[in-house]
Amino acid sequence: MIDSLIKPVSHARSEGAGVSEVALTSVAQSRPPMRFRGRSFMAFALTPEPPVADWLSELDNWIRNSAGFFVGRPVVLDLSAVSLSGHAIAHLVSELEQRGIRPMGIEGADAAQLGPGLPPFLKGGRPAGVDVLDGTAPAKPAPTKPARQDPTSLLLEDPVRSGQSVTFLNGDVTVMGSIGSGAEVIAGGSIHVYGAIRGRAMAGANGNPHARIFCQKAEPELLAIDGYYQTSEDFSASLHGRPIQAWLEGNVMTIAALD
Amino acid sequence: MAKVIVVTSGKGGVGKTTTTAALGAALAQGGQKVCVVDFDVGLRNLDLVLGAERRVVYDLINVIQGAAKLSQALIRDKRIETLSLLPASQTRDKDALSEEGIARVIAELRKLFDWVICDSPAGIERGAILAMRHADAAIIVTNPEVSSVRDSDRIIGMLDAKTVKAERGERMDKCLLIARYDPARAARGEMLNIEDILEILSIPLLGIIPESDEVLRASNLGTPVTLSNASSIAARAYCDAARRLNGEDVEMAIPSDRKGLLVKLFGRRAA
Repeated sequence: MIDSLIKPVSHARSEGAGVSEVALTSVAQSRPPMRFRGRSFMAFALTPEPPVADWLSELDNWIRNSAGFFVGRPVVLDLSAVSLSGHAIAHLVSELEQRGIRPMGIEGADAAQLGPGLPPFLKGGRPAGVDVLDGTAPAKPAPTKPARQDPTSLLLEDPVRSGQSVTFLNGDVTVMGSIGSGAEVIAGGSIHVYGAIRGRAMAGANGNPHARIFCQKAEPELLAIDGYYQTSEDFSASLHGRPIQAWLEGNVMTIAALD
Repeated sequence: MAKVIVVTSGKGGVGKTTTTAALGAALAQGGQKVCVVDFDVGLRNLDLVLGAERRVVYDLINVIQGAAKLSQALIRDKRIETLSLLPASQTRDKDALSEEGIARVIAELRKLFDWVICDSPAGIERGAILAMRHADAAIIVTNPEVSSVRDSDRIIGMLDAKTVKAERGERMDKCLLIARYDPARAARGEMLNIEDILEILSIPLLGIIPESDEVLRASNLGTPVTLSNASSIAARAYCDAARRLNGEDVEMAIPSDRKGLLVKLFGRRAA
């Protein structure tokens, strides 16, 4: 698995997102202030599981199938699944180095166990999406828990009231009640409303032109699909209050009655 | 143990204070112990509607800040002995309300009364949120016009999000009281009709209070309308609503849209 590893270089001040710069000016006024910049890298977290010998042989299999996979890639050793003595950690690190893997830090261990010859202790790493996995890779380097599947639809049993905003970009939103005037629902997929739409419904919000909007009673303030929208002023009076569906034909939103 | 009810609306001027006084009086006339609490700190009105403005010594803020005991601040009504008022402060503002203080006062009131009816200030800010915070149920007062209905929709959403009950994952009981309903104007399409309001807000109906000069007259007299003229249509509508609050099954006498002539006669006689 891969972890994103944020390496804050200084704790002194960090304003705004992205690169933080800290100027140290107290040392010598004549020289330009020294600047520290934050960097973040995507690092692989190797998570050995007991027994470590078996895990190492599995790693060997992986390396045989994907030679050079770890070259030039930052690797972090996550020891949270095993409990090793300082000596055992040193041994594991040397085993990895023999395989051409040099961990840049160790997570999930007791900092006191890490002697001067070992990679430094790290904390604060956050999980990140897998975006550099080798397509030919047979398996993950370490058996880990299966990733939890995020739900791809959202069901709202209560009406969406005025002033409420529901955003769900992972898929469809189904509303059992109505979307009130001054309320909005934003969906990555389609929007299905079993009551009335009196507020705003925005489907396909992260660039899905195939998303649609369905409702039992159309009195909307605004309908949008993939950024193309119609307000109530553009809305044909003959469709007002009727069950409708809306979809995109090219760049044009088409609305038709369902009854 | 009392039932704590908040009377709220979002929009101002729809009849929250009138409703609080009328329902409180109607329940108390039935012999139950009722306390009406004015949460409109800085713009208090409930004391006027109950005719108690000259009897206010201590108020809600004094009790919250520990400057007075609850028993010192409660004003017992002179006409209905089971009705009490906890007035708001007129010289302070909503920032003087503290979350813990209100929790403590409401808990004390629960021990003393059968009903605690909180008159919320208008708006969706701190005062309104604190008024609804500890309620077991809410009465949403709305007028048959789009702005009032939309504001009510907004406040219903807040009742489901910002109350202690909602935060515990329980369902907040809510019911709708439509005030200032004019059947003749609704029939002419100048007002939203009852069905449209109920469809938009989709909460149960507690009652419909017809537009009536009697309500204004009662407020100016400092008497709840259920006391000043018990036979007026507004008073009868409030009494019916109070009985429904009590769990009685009272037929909803909607001033009908169909019986145009009868309604007109009815309305004229009441006015």
